[in-house]
Amino acid sequence: MTSPLEQKKIKIAGPSIVTANRTWDGAVVYRTAGHGWSTDLTEAAVVRTADAARDLLSEAAADDVNAVGPYIAPVAVDQTGTIAPGNLRERIRLDGVTIPLLPVAVAA
Amino acid sequence: MYAYDDIDRTLLSERVSEFRDQVKRRLSGELTEDEFKMLRLQNGVYLQLHAYMFRVAIPYGTLSSKQLRRLAHVARTYDRGYGHFTTRQNIQFNWIKLAELPDALADLAEVGIHSMQTSGNNTRNVTSDQWAGVAPGEVEDPRIWSEILRQYTTLHPEFSFLPRKFKFAITASKHDRAAIKIHDVGLRLHRNDKGETGFEVMVGGGLGRTPFLAKTIRHFVHGHDLLSYVEAILRVYNRYGRRDNIYKARIKILVHELGADKFAQEVEEEWRQMDKRVLTLTDADIENVRSRFSYPVYENLPHMPDELKAAAHDTRFEAWRKNSVAPHKVPGYAIVTLSLKPVGMPPGDATAEQMDAIADLADRYSFGEIRVGHEQNLALPHVAKRDLPALWRALDKIGVATPNVNLVSDIIACPGLDYCSLANARSIPIAQELTRRFANHETASLIGRLHINISGCINACGHHHVGHIGILGVEKNGQEVYQITIGGRADENAELGNLIGPAVPYGEVADVVEDIVEAYLALREGPDELFIDAVKRLGVEPFRERVYATR
Ligand code: SF4
Repeated sequence: MTSPLEQKKIKIAGPSIVTANRTWDGAVVYRTAGHGWSTDLTEAAVVRTADAARDLLSEAAADDVNAVGPYIAPVAVDQTGTIAPGNLRERIRLDGVTIPLLPVAVAA
Repeated sequence: MYAYDDIDRTLLSERVSEFRDQVKRRLSGELTEDEFKMLRLQNGVYLQLHAYMFRVAIPYGTLSSKQLRRLAHVARTYDRGYGHFTTRQNIQFNWIKLAELPDALADLAEVGIHSMQTSGNNTRNVTSDQWAGVAPGEVEDPRIWSEILRQYTTLHPEFSFLPRKFKFAITASKHDRAAIKIHDVGLRLHRNDKGETGFEVMVGGGLGRTPFLAKTIRHFVHGHDLLSYVEAILRVYNRYGRRDNIYKARIKILVHELGADKFAQEVEEEWRQMDKRVLTLTDADIENVRSRFSYPVYENLPHMPDELKAAAHDTRFEAWRKNSVAPHKVPGYAIVTLSLKPVGMPPGDATAEQMDAIADLADRYSFGEIRVGHEQNLALPHVAKRDLPALWRALDKIGVATPNVNLVSDIIACPGLDYCSLANARSIPIAQELTRRFANHETASLIGRLHINISGCINACGHHHVGHIGILGVEKNGQEVYQITIGGRADENAELGNLIGPAVPYGEVADVVEDIVEAYLALREGPDELFIDAVKRLGVEPFRERVYATR
């Protein structure tokens, strides 16, 4: 398989983060500035240039043991610095499914 | 029910140990994801938006109550308390942890269930009519042949690395409930003039980006020759199938590019020259598989028992009976469909509690047997008619007696963007909104048979091309929009639907469907003209006009 870095030229349209799924349980995780992973989007390292995005992705991809399938995703950062998902897919990954489930199912 | 033999049991337990070791090595970092991906896919483990997804096969849609209880156990112990029945007689668990997967697999193996070949470029779960063995007028139980094919294709070395995935479906009834024409190979069991049992063989069906209906390449292949003929098909595919382009790799593209006649010639040629000896099924081989299926000992029961007469005054019961109860080949018995399409809920989902309760009801009323249909509903195949009122009360209590089978709210929907990493748009909320719009049973009955199928991307897991109304989610400038087709069907008269016009935004889909339905009600010749027949007679135009006149 081609590494995510070779797949295409990296372009970003605005503030971005790197996200993946945690290896042991598949949970959604975000790459942090401290070179680790967090399930908390507010702890994600936000990059604003293609070069920085490439570096962050490259570092994330090197940590194949802990997380699977890293990629760059857009975020929105407001004036207070709060980070929010930049598209519906990422919103669903963060907040869970958008649908009511059958009553006895445990909530996400 | 089919009883597994020692070979099956050994295979499953070896497979679990092997996967346990692979998972351990992945978690320790000994295996990279690139190395591990193929191994997990061979065990039905995908990575989706929120978590790993685990797909378990339910061969030819038959489950014992013990197996269903075990699926409930997996949902409860390793997942979030529910599972999703798919359009290919599989069940999917959405939140499984990789570290716990080997335990889940081991628990399932104990009751003879597995996830082998539920993903990857191999031969997938062999599907069949969910009413197999009980449908009136059936030629023979098609599951015998499904099982023969299952054994033959499981871990077959030559067919484990095909150009692309490969799906079989089998039916033995005139009315096709197994959607065989949208499978790579569709087999219709019938008898020839001499009274021998064999198959009409259809090849090259499939949906996705380039949808095709399967073409008949031989009208009759004797049952003895089924495996050699199928092997000839797979060899031709293996030889000529495109491995350079994933979008052109399915057998449907090969059949289309070569033409069905030429493809048939290639198969015949391969078949003529191959050494068929080991693949020819003897009567004893067939009998051996047949004898491993057990059938209930039916009683001699009245066609119209007192219990049924007494319950007839209950309008809710009657509405359900008329909708969800079908004739059985044995007088005094019925086939009962359990709707997994409650109003406002995800199509095809069942909770662990529901699965347990259904397993108990199957023990009590259906000789311990449950069926799974491609429409994402369940069925109890052997219910004595006298038990129908009691069964209905129990099913109603657990929420699986919505009388909407085959009606407008009996929607097929894929998981879509709420779960699936390939999705462009959501499917389930569209289905939920539609079930709310058409929640009134009288309105739905007035509309009559109408199948709505929804997919969240062009991969078409929700079979949108063959929905009477098909809804396909696509993404446009970051927004979810939906293309709508009408006129598709997946039965013996299968057709692909036609687009009615430009895609519509998420918020308008339910309105558009209502417009289409209203147009049908206004234009139909009478209540006997089904939606699908009206579309055939009228074409797309009147529906297009109605939908887009004000948009
Ligand atoms: S049709 Fe697309 S979105 Fe739906 S389940 Fe299949 S791949 Fe996922």
